[in-house]
Amino acid sequence: MAIVFEQTKGLTDKPFHYCPGCTHGIIHRIIAEVMCEANILEDTIGVSPVGCTYNNYEYFSCDMVQAAHGRAPAVATGIKRVHPDKNVFTYQGDGDLASIGAAEILHAAARGEKISVFFVNNAIFGMTGGQMAPTTLLDQVTTTSPFGRDAAQQGYPMNVSELLATLPGAVYIERVALNNYKNIQAAKRAIAKSFRVQQQGLGFSMVEFLSTCPTNWGKEPVESLRWLEDKMMPQYPLGIFKGKDLEV
Amino acid sequence: MAKRVLMKGNEVIAEAAVRAGCRHYFGYPITPQTEVMHYMAKRMVEVGGAFVQAESEVAAINMVYGAAAAGARALTSSSSPGISLKQEGISYIAGAELPAVVVNIVRAGPGLGGIQTSQGDYFQATKGGGHGDYRNIVLAPASIQELYEITVDSFNLADKYRMLVMIFGDGTLGQMMEPVQFRDEEPIIKTDKSWATTGRGGRAEHNVVTSIYIEPDMLEKKNNELQDKYAIVQQMETRFESINIKDAEIILTAFGTCSRICKNVIRQAAELGIKVGMVRPITLWPFPSEEIARVAALDHVKAFLDIELNAGQMIEDVRLAVNGSKPVFFHGRMGGNMPTQKELLDQIVLIHKGEVR
Repeated sequence: MAIVFEQTKGLTDKPFHYCPGCTHGIIHRIIAEVMCEANILEDTIGVSPVGCTYNNYEYFSCDMVQAAHGRAPAVATGIKRVHPDKNVFTYQGDGDLASIGAAEILHAAARGEKISVFFVNNAIFGMTGGQMAPTTLLDQVTTTSPFGRDAAQQGYPMNVSELLATLPGAVYIERVALNNYKNIQAAKRAIAKSFRVQQQGLGFSMVEFLSTCPTNWGKEPVESLRWLEDKMMPQYPLGIFKGKDLEV
Repeated sequence: MAKRVLMKGNEVIAEAAVRAGCRHYFGYPITPQTEVMHYMAKRMVEVGGAFVQAESEVAAINMVYGAAAAGARALTSSSSPGISLKQEGISYIAGAELPAVVVNIVRAGPGLGGIQTSQGDYFQATKGGGHGDYRNIVLAPASIQELYEITVDSFNLADKYRMLVMIFGDGTLGQMMEPVQFRDEEPIIKTDKSWATTGRGGRAEHNVVTSIYIEPDMLEKKNNELQDKYAIVQQMETRFESINIKDAEIILTAFGTCSRICKNVIRQAAELGIKVGMVRPITLWPFPSEEIARVAALDHVKAFLDIELNAGQMIEDVRLAVNGSKPVFFHGRMGGNMPTQKELLDQIVLIHKGEVR
């Protein structure tokens, strides 16, 4: 009998610990599938963040290094400088990347560090209990913006893809979303492109994933997908911000 | 034998690291250690290594973490305020059991302090610095020749024990020039690094480098393993220099460049008929407690005088080792100043007369 589907070898057998409706699992799977389809699983080293996915080293079956909060791009820099012929990726949430790790991500991009950054934007801190992130929307209620994010007190959401796209060292920056099958397939293509950019030594690349956090948003999974479309997408438009015409 | 060359301490650190097989340097400028960076910026190109000027000390130590995880001999160097910033990464390196070398060319604090010499980071270096129960091997050379040999050795010790080794050099050591005799070949110890995250490359299992153990029992087990390792390091790697102990009435305890002033003072005291010896810890951790306890038990030893470039930090370890059996006096200078031979000799004379409480 022909096998029509099997679990990707890019993931271990360990069951995910993520909340129902969380999109981390989808992102894990498509990264893993890309590593297998591109035949780079044996030549890739990933860097785990601090946050809900602190232990994704238990899920990805490539070599993995766990990093301090926000420091994944610096850790990835160290790894890549030792193994320039290997693929190195970081997996980071919005607290990790855009808040405490703002300096590390900015300078990794400025240096044109040849790494792939997978940035999960769900507009909130997940693991610590739903606090405001740099990416939290205006008026969005979180445990640290209980009356809604007020620009006068808490500033504005940070559009990281647009910001990094201004740097010459960043050669490919794309924002994708996980709200439907079509967009998930587009996200997978973006991951594959990011790895190819790295393999060709072109520079820094990042894929930003608009993602859901039903638990901390206080919404049902399906309602969360709708909120992503209605609220997040206007603030964070999908698209390629850098490297549209890049042939890889 | 290679010829003797006159070199600055900071440059010797960099050259010694290269000779020890270090091909990955990550740093951020800060006085008085910046010459390490200057030297590495050129030298790494020559030897086909990687030199990265990081955006911060925090990033630099995390680059070291990554490079060490990937199996390389990696170095970062800084001075006191920068070392404070590195403490996060230092704790993670200890937790993940990675081999790495960190140089601290200590300057006077607290805060931004000054840029002149100090030993004010003794507590930070030997008692933790970052969070959690961990130790670093801390080496305190007193001459440029010793700085060279210790730097090479640091990489061996780091690999052997999968630990962070800190070279504790006071500002003077980094900035001064002395002749150094390089060896023709360095004694490089090759260790098994099959744990490193190099890409699976057909390996049956993936390698993981991490410092997180979310289950209390697992984390306690990990901590016990670390403590067992540290006990072995204490047993195997404690280093010191004891001079003039025989018949000595007063024992000086001092490390780094401070100990060199003491050596001169020992001679001057002898001319006055006062027998003075010295125990100079070379490893600040593990601390040579047994040697100090041995010396303290000698009948002819009447008192200790601890001399440091701080308000009195190592003296706590000296007193623990002496354990109340003899008085331990202190003389320290701060702010970037060093004691003169005269002020130390005056102190010794007073102790000898019994006029110091």
